Amino acid sequence: MKPAPFRYERPATLEAVLALLDAHGAQAEILAGGQSLMPMLALRVARPDLVIDINRIAGLGDITAIPDGGVRIGARARHAEVMASPLVPALMRSALAHVAHPAIRNRGTLGGSLALADPAAEMPCCMVALGARIVTLSSRGETHHDAASFFHGLYSTARRPDEMILRIEIPPLGPQWRFAFLEEARRLGDYAIAGVALAMGAGEVRLAFCGVEPAPRCLPATEALILAGADPLPGLVELAPMDSDDAPEAYRRHLAGVLLKRALREVGHG
Amino acid sequence: MDNQTLSIACTINDRAIRATIPVRQSLVDFLREGVGLTGSHVGCAHGVCGACHVVVDGVVVRGCLILAVQADGAEISTIEHAATTSIGAALQAAFFERAALQCGFCTSGMILQAAELLAQNPEPSRDEIRAALSGNLCRCTGYHAIVDAVQMASARLSDIAP
Repeated sequence: MKPAPFRYERPATLEAVLALLDAHGAQAEILAGGQSLMPMLALRVARPDLVIDINRIAGLGDITAIPDGGVRIGARARHAEVMASPLVPALMRSALAHVAHPAIRNRGTLGGSLALADPAAEMPCCMVALGARIVTLSSRGETHHDAASFFHGLYSTARRPDEMILRIEIPPLGPQWRFAFLEEARRLGDYAIAGVALAMGAGEVRLAFCGVEPAPRCLPATEALILAGADPLPGLVELAPMDSDDAPEAYRRHLAGVLLKRALREVGHG
Repeated sequence: MDNQTLSIACTINDRAIRATIPVRQSLVDFLREGVGLTGSHVGCAHGVCGACHVVVDGVVVRGCLILAVQADGAEISTIEHAATTSIGAALQAAFFERAALQCGFCTSGMILQAAELLAQNPEPSRDEIRAALSGNLCRCTGYHAIVDAVQMASARLSDIAP
């Protein structure tokens, strides 16, 4: 057995999860799809005292239309379920084709991806581009976070140790909205070296990158240039790309520009 | 905490199984060591290679990325059961005929993933086959023969389909 010993709990209700998080939050890990947590346990990068398996909680993976428009996605909705749902915006479906491989998408969850906040992950940057709201729950009640302020940095979010992600709410985006998701990776399903999520409506544009900065965020200067019909590339000076031996800062910045230009072409802008 | 165990009951290849297992044991380790089904292989043990694929409640998953205790109540099917389905049998025959394996370590995972693809998309293109198998590493064949074999199985299944 590769993981270090841990205690395992499989609560059947949200109340029981919250009680466990109240008592052990900082020493506990929530097990949803496990497609990142299980490798981290196997490599002993994660050594929690307690693993809280939320797979037995009914309804936590439901995908439902919000009556006034938009869609509500339960935190434990599997990537494959989100990808197959006609309710979710096309941006998410095309981005999910880049998320790992089929067997991992059968198991991995939207809430898990957002909670982990891997800088290369596609779903956090889609949430920013879609203006999504991420709802966390603790025994103190629900907290609603704008996706644009939820991701703080490398594997760091606004979620506190006694909170779990409960659901994600995507606002209504009418038929005039156009989306593009493009990504550069060494191999289909590998971590993105750089990716862009672009959403364009009438007089509105939102874009966010993955794999470029430590966390996805809105880029107001670049968005303003796009709206003005100007060359958006000078706006990308607002990026502070990550730097690594295989993908230096200058290369990530270059990819960000190339991907943005292709994405704009794909939505019919420029 | 060192040795927490739990009792589980599940169905594996149509057989009811009960066992008491350590909570930190992966499903693939349980299938190999606890149940004696050694057709699912442990390559990397952290989700990269796809050799450990098994079918849990109708979907293909990485057997190393799910705890055995999470399979409590589940219906599991492994490569040992693949020949009982028409798609699985067609893939096994095509892999053999097309020599789509050399050492065979990755083959069980490849076949289960290809079977899921053909169930969802009976006549996939070569690109679709490559995308579906992108999470299954083979270090022998160079993949061309594997893609050929999936296409061969797909063609034969379409011929016999009503």
